[in-house]
This record gives sequence, structure tokens and C-alpha cells, in this order.
Amino acid sequence: MARVVFSSEQQRLTKEAECDVVASTYRQLIDAVITRYPRLDRDDFMRMAIAIDGEIIHEPLLETVGDNSEVHFFHFIAGG
Amino acid sequence: MMAKLHITTSINGDATEFLCEPHDTLLDVLRNDLQMTGTKEGCGSGDCGACSVTVDGRLVCACLVLGVEAEGREIGTIEGVGDNDKLNVIQEKFLEHAALQCGICTPGLVVSTQALLTLNPDPTEAEARYFLAGNLCRCTGYDKIIRAVLDAAATMKGAA
Amino acid sequence: MSEAREFKYIGQNTIRPDGFDKVTGRANYGADMSLPGMVWGKILRSPHAHAIIKSLDISKAEAHPGVLAIATHADFPSVTDEAIESGEGSSTLLDLARNVLAKDKVLYHGHAIVAIAAKTAAIAEQALALVDIDYEVLKPVLDVRTAMAADAPLLHADMFTQGLEEAPTRASNIAVRHEMKLGDIDAGFAEADVIVEREFYTPTAHQGYIEPHACTVRYDKDGQSMVWCSTQGHFDVRSSTAKLLGMKLGQLKVIASEIGGGFGGKTTVYLEPVALILSRKSGRPVKMVMNRDEVLKATGPGSASRSKIKLGAKKDGTITAMKGWLAYEAGAFKGSPVMLGCMTAFTPYAVANMYIEGFDVVVNKAKVAAYRAPGAPQAEFAVEMLVNELAVELGRDPIDLRLQNAAKEGTQTIYGPKFKRVGLVECLEAARDSAHYKQALQANQGRGIAAGFWFNVGGQSSVVINMNPDGTGTIVEGSPDIGGSRASMQMMAAEAMGIAPGLLKPIIADTENVAFSQGTGGSRTTFATGMAVIEAAEDVVNQVKQRAASVWNVTAEQVDWADGVATNMAGEERLTLAEVCAGAERTGGQISGRANINARGAGPSFAVHLCDVQVDKETGKVDVVRYTAVQDAGKAIHPQYVEGQYQGGAAQGIGWALNEEYVFSADGLMENAGFLDYRIPVASDLPMIDTIIVEVPNAFHPYGVRGVGESGIIPPLGAVGYAVESAIGAKVTDLPLSPPRVLALIQGNT
Repeated sequence: MARVVFSSEQQRLTKEAECDVVASTYRQLIDAVITRYPRLDRDDFMRMAIAIDGEIIHEPLLETVGDNSEVHFFHFIAGG
Repeated sequence: MMAKLHITTSINGDATEFLCEPHDTLLDVLRNDLQMTGTKEGCGSGDCGACSVTVDGRLVCACLVLGVEAEGREIGTIEGVGDNDKLNVIQEKFLEHAALQCGICTPGLVVSTQALLTLNPDPTEAEARYFLAGNLCRCTGYDKIIRAVLDAAATMKGAA
Repeated sequence: MSEAREFKYIGQNTIRPDGFDKVTGRANYGADMSLPGMVWGKILRSPHAHAIIKSLDISKAEAHPGVLAIATHADFPSVTDEAIESGEGSSTLLDLARNVLAKDKVLYHGHAIVAIAAKTAAIAEQALALVDIDYEVLKPVLDVRTAMAADAPLLHADMFTQGLEEAPTRASNIAVRHEMKLGDIDAGFAEADVIVEREFYTPTAHQGYIEPHACTVRYDKDGQSMVWCSTQGHFDVRSSTAKLLGMKLGQLKVIASEIGGGFGGKTTVYLEPVALILSRKSGRPVKMVMNRDEVLKATGPGSASRSKIKLGAKKDGTITAMKGWLAYEAGAFKGSPVMLGCMTAFTPYAVANMYIEGFDVVVNKAKVAAYRAPGAPQAEFAVEMLVNELAVELGRDPIDLRLQNAAKEGTQTIYGPKFKRVGLVECLEAARDSAHYKQALQANQGRGIAAGFWFNVGGQSSVVINMNPDGTGTIVEGSPDIGGSRASMQMMAAEAMGIAPGLLKPIIADTENVAFSQGTGGSRTTFATGMAVIEAAEDVVNQVKQRAASVWNVTAEQVDWADGVATNMAGEERLTLAEVCAGAERTGGQISGRANINARGAGPSFAVHLCDVQVDKETGKVDVVRYTAVQDAGKAIHPQYVEGQYQGGAAQGIGWALNEEYVFSADGLMENAGFLDYRIPVASDLPMIDTIIVEVPNAFHPYGVRGVGESGIIPPLGAVGYAVESAIGAKVTDLPLSPPRVLALIQGNT
């Protein structure tokens, strides 16, 4: 089970602060989250960076998610 | 279109001729007509010092000198500093002290520092800072530049 | 990892490999490239801050002798509103196209409208004056308050605020609203014994790179178009330019020249697509160079901001609540870094209850671009001023109060993840224990302390290391070197290979000669490209061991590699690197190591600055008399260049705090577009800037590296601002603290 924690902006659409999903890969994670919250935009979410247990990953397509991982989605940060 | 003027001058000790329009700056001539791109343009208004050169030994901004004013004069540019493959003390100290990051201000600073140490071989930190206040640097905060300049002065004095 | 590791080369101050070229003027920057047959391009720019283009007539200009081509927005193939990521906030391709050449409306003084290619720059300028444009001048919007008002003139009739509870029905100048929170902010304030609250303002400030934007391009019909330009990211130039012009990526080669400063401002395109259109239409190579006036009027600065911050703390010093409201000027098109301001403002603190709201607001000024830790300096200025005020209210030392509430490993951030190991506490302690902090202040002096946080990023970097038969090698990488990073690449490769750095030459290759690398920015280069360099170097070592093994007819596991020498552990033979490379032809061909990575695990860098100022009470002039920049580098590969980043960031922040701002007339025309009146710090303005490199290694980098380029610009605004407040005994809320403003504060007129 991975725990996905939502930002306050995301919570406007999910109505929940967090959820537990069954997922061991990024793709499964996205599928589970979008299925559970159909108001979320899949493309938007797949463009975001994620943090898995505190480690920020910008291109997570091939990532795996651990049993008790905590996952956050947020917008890509670049810098100057 | 006005006819170009024929100018005879000397640049870094080399006799040089060029054609230019009356309104061309020495900076335009150096960079575009003579392909001497070591002298940089940062502002075109004499406020940044990236185009520092000497005219008859006097430190000036090449963007504030007209090309025609080079007639009969001795121009000194960054290309004339050091030998072909040997750096002078100022250049060495800039590298040793990491007194450059992007390096765009460096040619102007080397020329200005050379002018400073010719006029004042033993400047204090304040004297160095005020003399070089016309050379803008956005990367370094000037700390390492001033250290390089003071170290160059000390080294050149020691060798004298 | 690298906690107690001893390095052979890492941590030394080597002479940079590109040094000779840089101190002799031989290095070639953006404006230093000429091609045979080249012509010059110049741009006609809007004289108005806000106007509709009713008609545009280029016929007289086209007929002018010596004019070869003219470009307008109509020359872009149809462009979609596809999202593109830039350094600080997301933008769209349509906005980029409209910024590069105006479509229908001009939205700021200096907005590009028409470009002309001619035989000489002078002819091109003459021809610009022959372009006939009929404008309907509109009222400009010049600050966030005016822009956010219900009756404000609108820049874009199709801009509807995103991020509101209910979708809006009326267009607005507010592009986006962001909101972030932790815990229960009201409960947090209810617990507080002391509350401080204030509004702040920071001005528009330009990155101030000394080298103006410049490019030389050649459009070829056979598909070999080339752009030479000064940029932080040549792959991004390729991608944006190709999209704007409907070209395939394989048709466009972009060469990154040496770059004379960027600081985020050269992570987008202005001239390159225009120059390519002119080159296509004229059939000639085209050179375009901005002058300083154009740079200041028309390239993206850092956002001006208004903020309201409220902090609550218990008597014992525990901060229980942090609340903020931010409004940032995006300039003419959406995409200010206000979201990053929301993410970073409170992040140096471990506080249970946080709430922050941020607004991205368009105004009739140049579209902003990234500026070193985009969005963070503005918000952190406000927060750090109030944390210092809180310290006074609580009767606490300001460093001590921060230590009590400092973010550390495990702290929950407002944007989601919990921190891994970070070095804020170590930086605060180093500041507290510094000679500077122990030094007593003189009359008319004040001291300010401030902290700052930046995430730093990883991302994609590709590296190849090709070994020559004589044992020298080339490190081929794709990160434009804005501050000496190629020296660090040389050292990291040398360390990984166990050979002297001087044997390896780092080069920054163009988009055709190296695989994709994200731009130089986000403090990513030493971290991510460094990681790729190390991986490629390890690949070389593995290949060298295999070659030696095949020469000795043993397995690679039986080969030891140390200090540039391979030893057969099953026998006694030795081969130097040069010998293995000399024989490479016979053992499988040239040895070439490679890495294409997407680096993760970038470690944040915290910074803490101390600033002492002296104020002349008669003139309001502020002198910085002592300055110390403390920052966590993880592991300093090249200490002088790390110090240089700290000092450079400090100088920019000091300039932002004391003197840099854009001055506009009531009609929105920029009045100080030159280095005389847009006054950045000069050598006589600053003291020596002391630095303390803290090293709390980043576990995700083989040598412990954390990016350092950006965090150093964040603390100076609050450190300088509070030092002045403390020296004059009056509240500072608005930057810059130029002499007239300081005098007004001293005299009690605000």
C-alpha cells in the first residue's frame, strides 16, 4: 500500500487529504489515483514531479513504489 | 550613405589601417571591422567598463571613443596583454584567485587593472575598489577580483 | 557515500581549464561569432506600455536600400497554447510567440513588434524608423494592486483566474491563485502569545548579466540550420525555436557560446527564432545583438512583489503559526514564480501550522524570467524581517530563535515531502560561532540575520568521455558553463578515474554532439552533470580494466585499478592508463565511457547570511560594512567556485535590497534602462564578503554534492533590510533602501 498525500489545491478535487492505494509502480499509482478521483486530470498529474519518501523525482514513469511509501505530487521546479 | 574615412593607427604596437563611418565607435571598429572580439560590449554607454582599452596609455571605454579618434594614436587592448602564450602577472592572479566566473568582465578588468598598477603600483584595498568601480561584475561580488589585484600588485612590487 | 571520505582531487582549487581563454579575451561569447555573408538584424520595439496595433505597414521599410528581410508575428506558423516549462513558472508556446514578436497588442514598453535584416546594423536601424504602426493607446496597469482591482484594464480578454473555489465568469489580470497549507492555521494563532504582522514590497530587479543577448544564425533549406547563441540551455533553445518555427529538432543545431552571465535570464528565447526567420527570408546568415536598453526594457527581470506575512509564537519561542499572502508581477504574460515563493517562504522552519496564498498577476511590464532561486527572495525577505522582529518581541537572540524552530531531517515541508538530511542547523551554528557575529557594532550601525532555502533540482544530463591513445581524454558534456562548472567536471572525472585532472579536457558540446542535457540552472550542474560525469568515468575504468584483463588473459575481477595504473592481481604485470589506451585499437577500439542519466536526489541547500550596515543619518546612504555568507554545499568540489557563488548571490541580493529597481513613468515607460541608473553594486560599494562553507553531505550524490548557485541570493534582502531597520530604529517594509527612502524613514515620513 502506498500512501498518497494531496496538496490543499489537489484536495479541492479529491475532497480527501490522503489515501492508501495498492500500487508497486508509478503507472499503477496513477491508475489507482485517477480511478478513485475521476475529477483529477490524468495528463496534469503525469506532468507533475513526485516525491517518494522524500526523494524528488522529475521523470517518474519507470519508478517503483515501496510497500509503505509516502507519495506527493507537485509541479515541476526548475530554477534560474 | 557617407563615404568611409581611412584611419591609420597602431594597435598593441602593430601598425593598423581601417575604414570606418564617422559615427562608428572604436568598439565597433575593433570588434566588427578588425575582428578583435576580446574587447566586449556590455552597455554601449560607458557605464560597465567591459570595453576598457587604452588610448595613448589612458584608460577609456572604447564605446565612448569614435573610431576616427584612433588616427595617429596608440591603442592598447586585451589582445596586447601578456605574450602570445604567456600570461602576465595580473592574468595569472585572476586565475589563481578564481576572480572570474563567467569571464565576460575579465578582459576589461585586466586592462583596467594594468592601468591602475601603472599609475599606482601599491594601491590600498579602497584605492583599488574605487579605481575599478567603472568595471561592473555581476558574478563575483568583487571579493576575489580585489584579492587578485592586490596580490598582483604585491607580486609585481616584489619582482621589481 | 562520502561522510568521512578522503579525496585525492576533490576539494582543491585547481586552475580552471578554460582560464587562459577567459583572461586573454580569446573565449567566444554570444556576440563574437561572424559568418561569411552575414547581415544584421534589429528590432522595432513598442513605444507604449499598453496598446492595440491597429495597422502595421512595412512597405516603406522593405523598399529601403540594403534591407533584405522583415519579420513579424505573422511569420510564425500557427502556434498552439501548448504548455512549456520555463525556469520559474509554466508558460505557453502562444505566450512565448507573442512575447518574441507582438501579435495584435503591445503589452509593455519595449515589446518587440518587427524585425529587419539589412546589410549593416545602421541600415537596419534606419529601416525600423520607416515602419508605420497605428496604435490605439490603452491605459497601462503597472502594479499588482491596480491589476487585481475589479475595474482594472485587462491585458488579456481571455485570462480567467485558475485556482479559485468557483470558476470565474469575468476575465481578470490574475492568472493563477495558489494555496498551500499544513495543520490548522487558526488554531496555531490561537496558541500564540505573540503575533507579528506586516506588509512588504520588493521591486522588479533584473538579473543584470553583463553580456546582452546575442546570436548568429544560419537557416539552410537543406535542413542544416544553425544557431550560435548565449544561453543557459541550448537544448531548450532548440526545442522552443523549433516549435515556434514548425521545424523538426533534427533540422536545428544549437551551439552554446560562452555565456557572460545568465542567472536564469537566459533560459528562454528572444532573438533566436526571429533571427532564423530573417535568415530564411534573406537567404543570409543573420547576427542579432541586444543593446543594454533592450536588455533592461524587454528581457525578463525578476518579479516585483507585495506580501503580507503574519507569524505567531509562544512565549517559550516555539513558532506556532505562519501565514502569508503573496502577489507577484508576472509582467505581460502569466508565469511569475509566485508558486515557488509559496513553497519556499516558510520552509526554513519546522512549524506545525502554515497557510499561504499566492497570486500570479499580469501587468504592463516585460514578461518576467527566472532570476536565481526564482520567487524565493521576495517571500523570504518578508518572512525573515518578521522572524527578526519576533525575536525582539520575545527577547531572544535571532539565531537562537531560528535554531529552536529550524527545519531539519524529518521536518514536514508545506509542499509535501519530509526533509532528508539538511544543513540549516549547521549553518545557523556556524553563523552564531563566527567572528562576525561576535564583533560589536559601532554607532549608526545595525545587524541583520536571515536564512534561505532552495530545493535544487536534478534532471537529465548526458556525458561521454573519450580516451585518446596517449591517455588524455575529452569529457563531452552539455551544460553551458556559467560559473566555472567545467573545472568541477574535470575534477570529478579525475577523482573517479584516479588520474590527474590535467589529463582530461572538459568541453561543452552542441545539441548534435552530445545527448540531451537540461539547461544550466536550478543549481543542478555540479550535482546532476557531475553525477553523469562520474558514471561515465566509472564506465571508462571498467573498460580499461577489461582491456588490461584481455591483454593479460585474466578476468576483469583480477585487475586492480588505482592511481591511473592497472595491476594484474593474478600475476604482477602493470599497465598505465596511457599504455592501455595506446593499445585500445587492438583490444576493441577506442575506449569511450558514457552516461545518460536523470539525476534524482538533489539535496536542498540552506543559507544563512549576516550583514552589518552603517547608515549616514544625514543622507540616508547605507554602507555594508561587514558581510558573511554561510551555506551548505554538501561537498565543495572546487571551494573557490563555491565561495564565488555565495559571494555573487550576496552581491545581487545586496543590490536588490539597497538600490535596484525599475523606474516607470505614469504611462508605463521605463526610465532607467541603463547601468547608470539601474545601479548594480560596483567594486567600491561592497566590502570583502566572508564565506563559510558548511558541508552536510547529500547522500544521493557519490561525492555528497548539493547545488549552491541559487540559495545565496535569498537571505541578503532580509539581512540587509533588518540591518537597516536596526540601525535607524524604524520599520523597513519596502525595498530598495535607496538613500531617499532611508532618509524618509529616518525623518518619520513614509
